[in-house]
Amino acid sequence: MSEALAQQLCIALIGNPNCGKTALFNALTGSRQKVANYPGVTVERKEGIFETPGGRRIHVLDLPGTYSLRARSPDEAITRDTVLGQLATEAAPDLVVCVADATNLRLTLRLVLELKKVGRPIVLALNMFDIAERRGIGIDMDALSRDLGIPVVSTVAVRRNGIAALLRQIDRLAPESGSNGPGGWREPSAEQVRSAHGDAQRILDACVTVPGHPDIWTRRLDRVVLHPVAGILILLAVLFLIFQAVFVWAAPAMELIATAFDALAVAAQAWLPQGMLRSLLTDGFVSGVGSVLVFLPQIMILFFFINLMEDFGYMARAAFLMDRVIGGVGLHGRAFIPLLSSFACAVPGIMATRVINNRRDRLATIMVAPLMTCSARIPVYTLLIAAFVPHRSIAGFVNLQGLVMFGLYAAGIVSAFAVTFVFRKRVWRGASEPFIMELPAYKLPDPRNVLMGVLLRARIFLRRAGTVILAMMILIWFLSTVPGAPPGATDPAINYSFAGMIGHAVQPVLAPIGFNWQIAIALIPGMAAREVAVAALGTVYAVGGGKAGALGNTLAAHWSLATALALLAWYVFAPQCAATLGVVKRETNSWRWPAIMFVYMMVLAYTAAFIVYNVTTALGG
Amino acid sequence: MPPAGLVRSDAPGDEPCADIVQLGRGARGIRGTVVQVGAETGALPDCVAAAELERLLLEIGFVEGAAIEILHEGFIRGDPIAVRLDDMRVALRRREADAILVRVAGGSTHAAGSES
Repeated sequence: MSEALAQQLCIALIGNPNCGKTALFNALTGSRQKVANYPGVTVERKEGIFETPGGRRIHVLDLPGTYSLRARSPDEAITRDTVLGQLATEAAPDLVVCVADATNLRLTLRLVLELKKVGRPIVLALNMFDIAERRGIGIDMDALSRDLGIPVVSTVAVRRNGIAALLRQIDRLAPESGSNGPGGWREPSAEQVRSAHGDAQRILDACVTVPGHPDIWTRRLDRVVLHPVAGILILLAVLFLIFQAVFVWAAPAMELIATAFDALAVAAQAWLPQGMLRSLLTDGFVSGVGSVLVFLPQIMILFFFINLMEDFGYMARAAFLMDRVIGGVGLHGRAFIPLLSSFACAVPGIMATRVINNRRDRLATIMVAPLMTCSARIPVYTLLIAAFVPHRSIAGFVNLQGLVMFGLYAAGIVSAFAVTFVFRKRVWRGASEPFIMELPAYKLPDPRNVLMGVLLRARIFLRRAGTVILAMMILIWFLSTVPGAPPGATDPAINYSFAGMIGHAVQPVLAPIGFNWQIAIALIPGMAAREVAVAALGTVYAVGGGKAGALGNTLAAHWSLATALALLAWYVFAPQCAATLGVVKRETNSWRWPAIMFVYMMVLAYTAAFIVYNVTTALGG
Repeated sequence: MPPAGLVRSDAPGDEPCADIVQLGRGARGIRGTVVQVGAETGALPDCVAAAELERLLLEIGFVEGAAIEILHEGFIRGDPIAVRLDDMRVALRRREADAILVRVAGGSTHAAGSES
């Protein structure tokens, strides 16, 4: 082995969930992190680089949290296979750093005993050591190190304490490593787990003294937070705050981005000569980039709250409270955050499904998230409702327009639950994953970690999903613009484009649901974002200036009530959003799931519009 | 309930009021000691296999001898439950908790392993 290679070292961070492993990873690597997916699975691979005082360049992997090498989820399988050196794409680690929550050592000790069977050098990092000291927990590190037969260091990752000691141990152990062949480990039986627990308990008794009064604050807080009435009220308040933040706080930033890119497009138009290139750059590229960036404020605000709740320890409590409420249809307790966020926009909502570990639970949530009524549907709904639903009250106080709006929202929620039910009980039959989850002690969130997490999500969205979305936006621009209108044309230019041709071609298929060719055409640019369909209808009907009132009157004159209601029903279900499909591709790491989503939503949309159109027509609409 | 022979009864200080219950049937506030993990639950077929559930429970710390207390319950049919398990807290559904047998320390305030 060459000298340079000998200086390179691969280490893996492993530990129970909530042990502060990611904080330690951040402390070790700073911003030198790379996030990708493991090939073929949806599990995120986090790698970082740092140098030790001994001059070694270290590649460090942040493995998904686990209680055991025995894997149930794809995340845990990645952890197991990496440690054992069984991943074809991954070099076996030279050294394993096992991270422990110093206030809660029992399960980590058992994991260490299991890891020792693998036969790689291990360092045990007792993280959150300051909290353990404050609580009066006494840990005899020398005895612990002797009993376990591995070096033990204490760290406070959020304050970068103890990192130097950890690096010294890595340097010290580095020469011992090198035989990073396949690890020796066999799945322990229940009896072996029991006996390991016994060993861990003996070590704990010998090395750790716990004061009589454990974590009083967590107990006191839980009395309120997990209270059947108060807990639900707190949860609703928290959810309301998040919803408000994603919906309202993000709006000024989103408007700023939209305005800036509009201005950029106008400026570019002034500089460039008239023609296809100008249209590509301004209408395709600039507005395409703008339509990607416009999601950033919502994504960052949502992940700010998610990271805050995870760090604080509230996420597990919220899942506990929601488990029975949405568990009945087969959704995981944690699915409520992605679903709630999807009312603002399905893109951050789908990204937020990463709080769900189980793959099937996560996929089920991703598949139904776009059924939640996102804010982009509102312009379409308000336009059609204002134009077609009479502004009058029924039963004296219920506004009919409001009632229709409510019905559209309710239809989205009910269908989401119904689709989940079908997915979980019919498509993925078999054992449902047990809900067994540690409720970690409450901790003050560390601002630096929360912020790094938010920036990480923003970066992932821009690099991975952004490219897919931008490509789709340019494709939609191409379809709606090329070929251009012939000289002397009187109809709107879009009528002569591929979108126009497609619109005319598919119109016979859409006739049974009451859509004319103008609607068929508007649906194609409407793939860029649902609200774009409003502008597209304005273009097709040549109602300029984006005056919703004028467009509404035009539509009321041209469409029957049945057509309008059918289009509303269509918009409840139709996958009219390229960005959503793009982010599903990124999150599931394959085109299979966006394809399935597209097809099932299309079928639902067509069926719903068909029923609404024919029933309304039969009733004389 | 399994036959009594499956239940370990060699715990010291076998109090006369001590009683063995399935954790999933326990009321909020009960305290005691885990006497068996992986008991027959008679659960629905969509549950994971009993042997798998046993190991899952063991891995998160439900082990014979552990001190346990039901701290909280959900607001729909008291499900799921949150329990104190030695010095950590774990949430689980009652359905899965049925695989854990607990010797209840008969309402006494000096129950073993309690924090008071």
